[in-house]
Amino acid sequence: MTPSTRGFREMKAAVVRFAGDSGDGMQIVGERFSDTSVTVPNAIATFPDYPAEIRAPIGTIAGVSAFQVHFGSQTVLTPGDEPDTLVAMNPAALAVHLYDLVEGGLLIVNSAAFTPENLAMAGFASNPLDDPSLKKKYDLMEIDINGLVVEALKDSPLTMRDKLRTKNFFALGFTYWVYGRPLEPTIAYITDKWEKKLPDVAVANIRVLKAGYFLGETTEVTRNRYMVARAEVAPGTYRKISGNEAIALGLIAAAKKAGRELLFSGYPITPASSILETLAGFKHFGIKTVQAEDEIAAIGVAIGASFAGQIGVTGTSGPGMCLKSEFIGLAVSTELPLVIVNVQRGGPSTGLPTKTEQSDLLEAFYGRHGESPLPIVAANSPSDCFRAAYEAVRIALIYSTPVILLSDGYLANGSEPWKIPEEESLREINKPFADPSKPYLAFERDPVTLARTQAIPGQAGLEHRLGGLEKDTKGSISYNSENHEEMTRLRAAKVEAVTQIIPPLHVTGEKTGKLLVLGWGGTHGAITSAVDALRAEGFDVSSTNLRYLNPMPSDLGALIKGFDQVLIPELNSGQLSLLIRARFLVDAISMTKIQGRPFKVSEIRERILQLLND
Amino acid sequence: MASEIQNVPAVPELNRKDFVTSNDVRWCPGCGDYAILNSLQRTLPELGVPREKIVIISGIGCSSRFPYYMNTYGFHTIHGRAPTVATGVKVANPDLSVWIVTGDGDGLSIGGNHLLHLLRRNLNVTVLLFNNRIYGLTKGQYSPTSPIGTRTKTTPSGSIDNPINPLLFALGAEATFIARTIDNNPKHMVETFKAAHEHQGVSFVEILQNCVIFNDSAWDPIYSKENREDHLLKLEAGQALLFGKNNDKGIRLNGLVPEIVDVASAAPGEILIHQPDHQSPLHAQMLASFGLPDFPTPIGVIRSIQRPTYSALISDQMEEAMAKKGTGSWKELLHGSSTWTVE
Repeated sequence: MTPSTRGFREMKAAVVRFAGDSGDGMQIVGERFSDTSVTVPNAIATFPDYPAEIRAPIGTIAGVSAFQVHFGSQTVLTPGDEPDTLVAMNPAALAVHLYDLVEGGLLIVNSAAFTPENLAMAGFASNPLDDPSLKKKYDLMEIDINGLVVEALKDSPLTMRDKLRTKNFFALGFTYWVYGRPLEPTIAYITDKWEKKLPDVAVANIRVLKAGYFLGETTEVTRNRYMVARAEVAPGTYRKISGNEAIALGLIAAAKKAGRELLFSGYPITPASSILETLAGFKHFGIKTVQAEDEIAAIGVAIGASFAGQIGVTGTSGPGMCLKSEFIGLAVSTELPLVIVNVQRGGPSTGLPTKTEQSDLLEAFYGRHGESPLPIVAANSPSDCFRAAYEAVRIALIYSTPVILLSDGYLANGSEPWKIPEEESLREINKPFADPSKPYLAFERDPVTLARTQAIPGQAGLEHRLGGLEKDTKGSISYNSENHEEMTRLRAAKVEAVTQIIPPLHVTGEKTGKLLVLGWGGTHGAITSAVDALRAEGFDVSSTNLRYLNPMPSDLGALIKGFDQVLIPELNSGQLSLLIRARFLVDAISMTKIQGRPFKVSEIRERILQLLND
Repeated sequence: MASEIQNVPAVPELNRKDFVTSNDVRWCPGCGDYAILNSLQRTLPELGVPREKIVIISGIGCSSRFPYYMNTYGFHTIHGRAPTVATGVKVANPDLSVWIVTGDGDGLSIGGNHLLHLLRRNLNVTVLLFNNRIYGLTKGQYSPTSPIGTRTKTTPSGSIDNPINPLLFALGAEATFIARTIDNNPKHMVETFKAAHEHQGVSFVEILQNCVIFNDSAWDPIYSKENREDHLLKLEAGQALLFGKNNDKGIRLNGLVPEIVDVASAAPGEILIHQPDHQSPLHAQMLASFGLPDFPTPIGVIRSIQRPTYSALISDQMEEAMAKKGTGSWKELLHGSSTWTVE
């Protein structure tokens, strides 16, 4: 069923968004569309957007769940701004997502769901499908999906309710027809998932998937179809990976490379839980996981594991970070290796649990009592979470310090193809324990890294006590005031020493010029896409993304000074720009968005153009 | 299930002095903590555990300064959270002998949640809870074990919160070993600590401890020389529940209700026999509830039953996973279940 290019309009990239009720299976079909696209191959990036409630009342605005796929023949760094195609399974999905659809875009709706009751729940006074302006503005395709599914399954033994549950695959089949995608990967998926346990469900889903595809083939001969060509992808072996999966794998890889065992302790919290869930499936790698009784216990268990000589890791999201802060202070004081993963979400308080934000940067820097500096690293794409987690462990061990790894809901849930690295390409992590044949002082420091060396329970002759009370340079408790100042400065100097292992900044574009766009974390894709496109059009703009936030890279000051202006886009009210202004005395321009959604490439592009044209 | 702690005799033989640190002990003169410290330093050399495998973990409070005075591995953590750090240590290395030192405020107020979960998980560690019914390090506020009506700086009109009974708390969490001892009887402390160590599973030991500054003589009605015969009930497995001068009084059941009876007038077999290994919690609950003014206060091992330990169950699951899937390789880690290759 490989489509010919006849009758297709060629596009470099396209964005498809599936939207429906949270029980409509939109995440499943979105995932299928992504998996099919990577086999073409296309470059892809995805973004699921689901409600905080597991099953909000059916048909309501609150219950709308969506999944967006961006696929292209060139580099794809974001899940895309506006969809070219929107699949709306009910009026509520239309109400929530229509504003984003590009003008002239394809709008596929399940007309059977546009009942008076559903329309009322979505807040429509009249049926929008009857509004002629809708047809004028968009390429509207009304399909009675319920009716066609029931017809296609008239011989199936499934109940009416179960028959209707296949309608997501009908919508998927039709969308595959529009974009000329093969059905085989999805058929293989359905077979694998249901054939053994629920063979009737497998047969029904495949039949309905094909029915959706054939609907296009047989009745829609005049309709536009779109062809996104194969991408020129670097040779190698790939897998699809989400941010949280990549964090889990990065942690395991770093522990293996360092020759330490990994203990991960967490408490369920959106959107971080899947890190704990993923790691719980790696017992045969020697990974230990503990679901602790609360967020405080989770970090306490991790610190205990670190004290015993393993690499202790805990993961959470914003509210959990607040609960962990006293224990992070203990890890700073006792200088134990520890990684704290914060998958940021909208705050304060419970805030927007399922939406993304970058608003915990200042908390990572300063959200503890006392002077308690620690290294902070940030991931910048779903697959980059692997490298970021690896770096966090590396720094924690080499510098004997807690490290905060910042991710966010957008990276955690988003996924993209990942070119699998060779084990040999991962940097060495070598941090031995204390030598039992030599006298041991718990707080004796390496002259270069300023890090102390751990002795662990079980090592004879090295028995010692750690604690949160201030100690002197030898490790004995000291309330001496000069000593406290010296120790405070020593701990800060050790964190600053991490600059020793920070590689030079990667800059997109020239290293001097009119405008530098400085970002951190998950804004990387949108910023780089905007800057790449503008540079191709001849504009003088460059960009860089900060993997290391504390300490900041030693070449950052010089880079900033090489530009007339610096623009800092962030999904918060200007936290990095505050730090950059204070640190480098530069009049950085802050660009902020606090809507629980990532930047669109177009938003950054427009702001850059404004600044360049001023 | 294999014993988690290798009871190989330490070489060379250890004595009390091997567990003493050079740090000055900074508790108030006359504090009950000295006797507890001394007793633990006497107990540890007799356990056959090498010193480097012993880890003492505490929270915050007077009692929690304990690790600094013990020449073992130690960790003085944060208020109430010692059970969490101990969990991490024990899960990471089940071969270690882990002791948690806590107090009534640290363990039952700010850290009550962690203690609950430590006990119900049956982590193979020992908890020593020093109960002096007062906040000492913060200078004399009432604690979660202070009796109703306790007058302190924060309760000038007397406290109104019903106190927690630590033994009932431990029983509610289904702790597998529950005991009580007293700071003025070193011999009893050493015996109790040894029994706690030998138990495979979580061991909870309440120590009635005197705060000489802020709550002096709080336990005298129970354990002073003049009161102990009538007000202490010494428990021994398999022995009758007897107390009083010449053991002239005993405990019997009237239906479900315990009552005190003169041994001389009791029918044969009527006096209850102490059975700490009763699977039913009823016997332990009865004893844990005892106290003045109606009953003597029991000391000794109240409950000791067997259940799989937390770290043993973790090891079992890991072994099972490795047997089923093989030991994880780099390729499996990085490639996962589904990949594609671009030429």
